Amino acid sequence: MEKFTQHQGLVVPMDRPNVDTDAIIPKQYLKSVKRAGFGPNLFDDWRYLDPGDPAIDNASRRLNPDFLLNQPAYQGGTVLLGRENFGCGSSREHAVWALTDYGFRVVIAPSFADIFFNNSFKSGLLPITLSETEVEQLFEEERQVAGYALEVDLQAETVTTPGGMVFSFQMDEFRKYRLLNGLDDIGLTLQHQDEIKGYEADHRAAAPWLF
Amino acid sequence: MAGKTLYDKLWDAHIVRTEEDGSALLYIDRQLLHEVTSPQAFEGLRLAGRTPWRVGANLAVPDHNVPTTQREEGITDPVARIQVETLDRNADEFGITEFKMGDIRQGIVHVIGPEQGATLPGMTIVCGDSHTSTHGALGALAFGIGTSEVEHVLATQCLVQKKSKSMLVRIKGAVGTGVTGKDIVLAVIGKIGTAGGTGYAIEFAGEAIENLSVEGRMTVCNMAIEGGARAGMVAVDQKTIDYVKNGTQGRAFAPTEVHWQEAVAAWQDLHSDADAVFDAVVELEGAEIAPQVTWGTSPEMVVAIDATVPDPAAAADEVKRSGMEKALAYMGLEAGTPITAIPVDKVFVGSCTNSRIEDLRAAAAVARGRTRAENVSQVLIVPGSGLIKEQAEREGLDKIFIEAGFEWRDPGCSMCLAMNADRLEPGERCASTSNRNFESRQGLNSRTHLVSPAMAVAAAVSGHFADVRSLEGGA
Repeated sequence: MEKFTQHQGLVVPMDRPNVDTDAIIPKQYLKSVKRAGFGPNLFDDWRYLDPGDPAIDNASRRLNPDFLLNQPAYQGGTVLLGRENFGCGSSREHAVWALTDYGFRVVIAPSFADIFFNNSFKSGLLPITLSETEVEQLFEEERQVAGYALEVDLQAETVTTPGGMVFSFQMDEFRKYRLLNGLDDIGLTLQHQDEIKGYEADHRAAAPWLF
Repeated sequence: MAGKTLYDKLWDAHIVRTEEDGSALLYIDRQLLHEVTSPQAFEGLRLAGRTPWRVGANLAVPDHNVPTTQREEGITDPVARIQVETLDRNADEFGITEFKMGDIRQGIVHVIGPEQGATLPGMTIVCGDSHTSTHGALGALAFGIGTSEVEHVLATQCLVQKKSKSMLVRIKGAVGTGVTGKDIVLAVIGKIGTAGGTGYAIEFAGEAIENLSVEGRMTVCNMAIEGGARAGMVAVDQKTIDYVKNGTQGRAFAPTEVHWQEAVAAWQDLHSDADAVFDAVVELEGAEIAPQVTWGTSPEMVVAIDATVPDPAAAADEVKRSGMEKALAYMGLEAGTPITAIPVDKVFVGSCTNSRIEDLRAAAAVARGRTRAENVSQVLIVPGSGLIKEQAEREGLDKIFIEAGFEWRDPGCSMCLAMNADRLEPGERCASTSNRNFESRQGLNSRTHLVSPAMAVAAAVSGHFADVRSLEGGA
């Protein structure tokens, strides 16, 4: 697990609900057997005017000037501001890898799809849930302030606006602890291997047909 | 003290330990693996010098990338080929059972699990695929996970999970003829919305669900994720037990005689107690559900076949309205158009939602004696597994499809997500039995309408969406 403690970064406002993982990284890029290199194809169908494929050099494709990530104001953005049900659809962790490979460290939305939410932590992408009203307020401020950046503090569970307004969010303790320390999930679980073995022996005795 | 829900029972039976914040280390009985979400997990395992905790708990199959035609030529797309070969190599290296592409048992991962008896009542089942919820139809706790979690399960046989809230979706009374599990679940999603089940595990119950075959229940649970719920489930009844026992091909992984009686006795408890309390309850009247057709780019954008394309002006709020407008523009539709007036270019019957034998039978019943409409350029029928394909051919279904001008293919995910060569061209409109109508899901700028198998064929032979209840064989 990648470590996450604090982050300050430029906000990219993606003002549409139900942004699905097919949109975040289209299927043709899932054929890779690696974790890296998905960034250039993040939001591929929206970002380029020409169709994309792993065999095609992205540099040869026309960019869609209307899309956020292609606009000068949002270059270097690291905090994605979204609407409800962000990351719905397919379980592909490639969606998280594409966001982090591009440079995003935080996604703020009123709600996230469960699998995307879980996957985010594995690569140090922090999904923050704020209320609809708070998210609306951030969208509103972003429209008015050029170079709108937010400061995120995981330890304190806060998002701070340039004007000094502070929004609180909540994070499960165990998850927060692992993220703050960048701990290896598997290593942590294996510290309990005796308990797993004990459970497994009982389970086998109770339901031998499962083994 | 209130009784337990089915979800409580499945959850409690698999807790290895509980953390202070309430998250649990949950034991996983079965992990299903496919070529797209597993390579990085195996690579991680290898880099850390780890080995699978319990090799026998895993079952692998390639499905997303495999061609559905001319298999003897292998996979022509070199990138896809590498991915399938990587799965083969990983399964061989770690000793994991795999049904490779030439194997009659190969098929869509969520079809072969139940078919092989690898999915059993009472199990916890995971797979790096969101449609893992399918397996809950057998009274199991099944949910999709990401690749890091796939690696975690390989290495530890466990997952750290926070318990979801529980939702009961009850379909009261029976549904009418011509109304299938697909229509039921689309109607549910239309009611609760695509995020309505987020944070919940859904139990589907009520007369209409009890009346469904186990295959039909799989269709319902399959799309729980389209309503936002990672897990969908149905209580065990005699149908479930008969399903596990009477697989036409034998369910190789199911309990043998030695343990059969013990297993059946244990499965009797896999239902919610009468006094169980759910965090949310949603009820629909079965009689009010008509065959469903989606009109937009999210599964919640769905109406009955006899309805018209909705008007964004009637939306509840600004975010919804702009979402509907975007969807209509993308779909090339105008508000007020009768659904039955929408012509289709292609038809796809298949996917983990609707590619089981009864789906093919329902499709064939409508196709019998009819032919593909002139404006429909292609109708793909893609069975869920090699065994289903064989069964369908024994029943002569393939001949009905071929005579109707449809294409009879080899098993795989195919045009559900178009990772292989089966895809729509830009702007093409498809009646599809799959589960997602997202933008570009079936090919760049493709337009997808989700329907049941019978409704897909009704569109194929009519050239436009049609009420299957008005066609002979459809009701």
